[in-house]
Amino acid sequence: MNDHDTPPSKAAAAVEIDSVSKVFNLGKPNEVHALDGIDLTIDDGTFVSLIGPSGCGKSTLLRLMGALTHPTEGSVVVNGKSADQARLDRDYGMAFQTSGLFEWRTVTQNIELPLQLMGWDKAQRKERALEMLDLVKLAEFGDHYPRELSGGMQQRVAIARALSFRPQLLLMDEPFGALDEMTREHMQTEVLEIWEKTRKTIVFVTHSIPEAVFLSNRVVVMSPRPGRIAADISVPLGRRNFDTRESQGFFDSITEVREALRFEGSTR
Amino acid sequence: MATRDETARAIARHERKEAVRRGVRRVVVFLAFLVALALLYTGYKAFGESINDAQTEWPVIGRVLPRTNDLTMPPIMDIVTELGQPPQRNSSKPLAAFIAEASLFTFREAAFGFFFGMMLGLALAIIMLRSRWIERGLSPYLVASQTIPLVAIAPIVVIWGSKSMGWLPFDWQPWMSVSIIATYLTFFPVAMNGIKGLQSADPAAMELMRSYAASRRQTLLKLQFPASLPYLFAAFKLAATVSIVGAIVGEISGGVPGGLGRLILDYASRYTTGPSRLYASVMGAAVLGIVVFGMVTVTEYFVMYKRQEGSAAP
Amino acid sequence: MIKRALAGAFPALVIGVGGLVLWELSLLVINPDGFLLPRPTEIFEAFTEHFDAIWSATINTGYIVVTGLIVGVILGVVWSLLVSRFRIADETLTPLAIALNAIPIIALAPIFNAWYGLLSPTSNQAIVVLLVFFPVFINTTKGLTSVGATKIELMDSYAASKWEITRMIRIPNAMPLFFTALKIASSLAVIGAIVAEYFGGSQDTLGQFIVQNAASGRYTNAWAAVVAASAMGITLYLVSGGFERVATPWRPDVDVVG
Repeated sequence: MNDHDTPPSKAAAAVEIDSVSKVFNLGKPNEVHALDGIDLTIDDGTFVSLIGPSGCGKSTLLRLMGALTHPTEGSVVVNGKSADQARLDRDYGMAFQTSGLFEWRTVTQNIELPLQLMGWDKAQRKERALEMLDLVKLAEFGDHYPRELSGGMQQRVAIARALSFRPQLLLMDEPFGALDEMTREHMQTEVLEIWEKTRKTIVFVTHSIPEAVFLSNRVVVMSPRPGRIAADISVPLGRRNFDTRESQGFFDSITEVREALRFEGSTR
Repeated sequence: MATRDETARAIARHERKEAVRRGVRRVVVFLAFLVALALLYTGYKAFGESINDAQTEWPVIGRVLPRTNDLTMPPIMDIVTELGQPPQRNSSKPLAAFIAEASLFTFREAAFGFFFGMMLGLALAIIMLRSRWIERGLSPYLVASQTIPLVAIAPIVVIWGSKSMGWLPFDWQPWMSVSIIATYLTFFPVAMNGIKGLQSADPAAMELMRSYAASRRQTLLKLQFPASLPYLFAAFKLAATVSIVGAIVGEISGGVPGGLGRLILDYASRYTTGPSRLYASVMGAAVLGIVVFGMVTVTEYFVMYKRQEGSAAP
Repeated sequence: MIKRALAGAFPALVIGVGGLVLWELSLLVINPDGFLLPRPTEIFEAFTEHFDAIWSATINTGYIVVTGLIVGVILGVVWSLLVSRFRIADETLTPLAIALNAIPIIALAPIFNAWYGLLSPTSNQAIVVLLVFFPVFINTTKGLTSVGATKIELMDSYAASKWEITRMIRIPNAMPLFFTALKIASSLAVIGAIVAEYFGGSQDTLGQFIVQNAASGRYTNAWAAVVAASAMGITLYLVSGGFERVATPWRPDVDVVG
């Protein structure tokens, strides 16, 4: 089940989710069953996308991995420890749909934020920030304020910030959702480049089928009310390049994911 | 589908209940604050009397904190009983009635000031909306206008009012001049927030109106004005407060009798014979300020209610 | 840079100069004796003639305004920092402060005079402190509590402490609102001080100068002092705006008016 075309070097699990349920506003009239009986194991070094219609709990699932919210039932283990401990150990980096940049900090200062919280000294922070700026190709924008950057550039800063302390796990919540299609494809290529260079585990929430297929080794399809895993599809596309988006395999995988989503839609 | 509707209704009910609970909690906190204030006042007074502060030289008492004798700080019960006593020997009307009448008089001045200030403020906002150039030219002076202490030249306004308003079909009363002062303080927040609010209309919605070939007037009435309501109500709350301030201070410095300002001035000048009366009349002003603020808040609740309901969906 | 600033100020200059000329000319035509509303040139004459008296009154009033402003701002910020640590701040204490702000604080002047003595400037300072406190407290609390959810989540994902969240998000987030309040408070402080001076305090102040000259019909002198008061208010406003620029460099070039 968990065999993919780019098998990770280590077989260790980055994330293990065991029969997790999540209910918001428990016992109130506006009670919502966001997730129900979720089992999911993510191997180290894989790129996994969570996809589904709005309200299927994919963002909630991501937040459970980051211990930004806690399960009503079940357990979440990250890097072999509780999600809370992993958060305290700064085991993961996170990027959101809105860049969440601090408008009062320059680009460099934004990237340095987690390092500062971890008590790095100034020179080290500076050095790492410059390295990250190079990685996301924004070297000449270090002293700019976020409002002077385009949406795509802001999102790249947010990714640089998430990667700055080199966490092995990267949680991304529709990070390109607010970008135009061209910028989006460009950003996808960049994220893949970063992933190939660093071999992080990436969990990527999206509502775009081509995006999920293009990026991931594995696409987890979710269904709403209550949020459940409807299908778990591996994407055997090998190393992505410029032609991947036009290959037959790409379209086949898109069709497979679409069918899974449609099947879910019709049984409601 | 029916179950969906039921859930939505249940949620709406829940939200309404929450809103009411919030309102009740605020009133309770407010009353608790009043009680705490009264306790603090009485407690401090008891403390000061126990250390005999009139004789001892404490560095703070008398400089930062008041002395605690009955003349500077009359006991709260004295103030309350004073409300039921007639302040004048030749009439049995209690002080509370005097304060209520004066409050109504001041309220009328402030209400007229509020109304005309609102109109003036809205007119200025609409003019500034028409032209970026006028907005940039005018707005520094709007700010500067509020640094002019018109309240301090109220006597001039009162004389000016009685001299130059002869052409009106009714007799110009001194209180109307006070309303002008209230107007002067009121128009400013309305104009400033009005322009901000009118400009806050969603650019996409503006384009939509353009695509309908809507006239400026239609765009203003159907889109920009509704969009500005949250800003305007914030301004109205401030305006209600400053209209009362303007009325009270205008009465005092313009020498206009009949209102709270004059009452406060009278009791301040006869302070040594009845400190409780000054305290009571100042409290009347505080109550009036909070009441007009409350009136605007309640109006806002009813005007904006539908909108909040629309956005309450999860 | 200077050129751009001048271009920005151009409409204001045109309207300002135009307004003054219109004022001067229309009064020359319809109100030649300048009884109640003097012409700008007359006010200017009175200003230069009584410069010494107005200057010393301005210094005294300025002292009350600036000290009251500083104490009021410190109280407002400290109180807001304390209160915003608790969830109750947003839900109950801020609405309470907003309601209390509806009290006409100037009406307290006679009581403060009774507390601190009729001729003591403390009663005037107390009025200014209270007038300044409320907008600063309300706006700063709003700024400290209304932080974007993503930013908080991000800080949570870094396991940041409460104090780190306050220092790195809440305080910078409150800066723009704080400065808006400071600008409002600086004009309020001037008006408040002058009206409070009407009730009592030192005799050599702008409030007393205006009242005494107006009472004896010397309106031009009163107007000259009004101009001095306005100048003080505008200066404080511009100084606050200057602080704002230095303290919030990330914001776009803010208009002088804000």
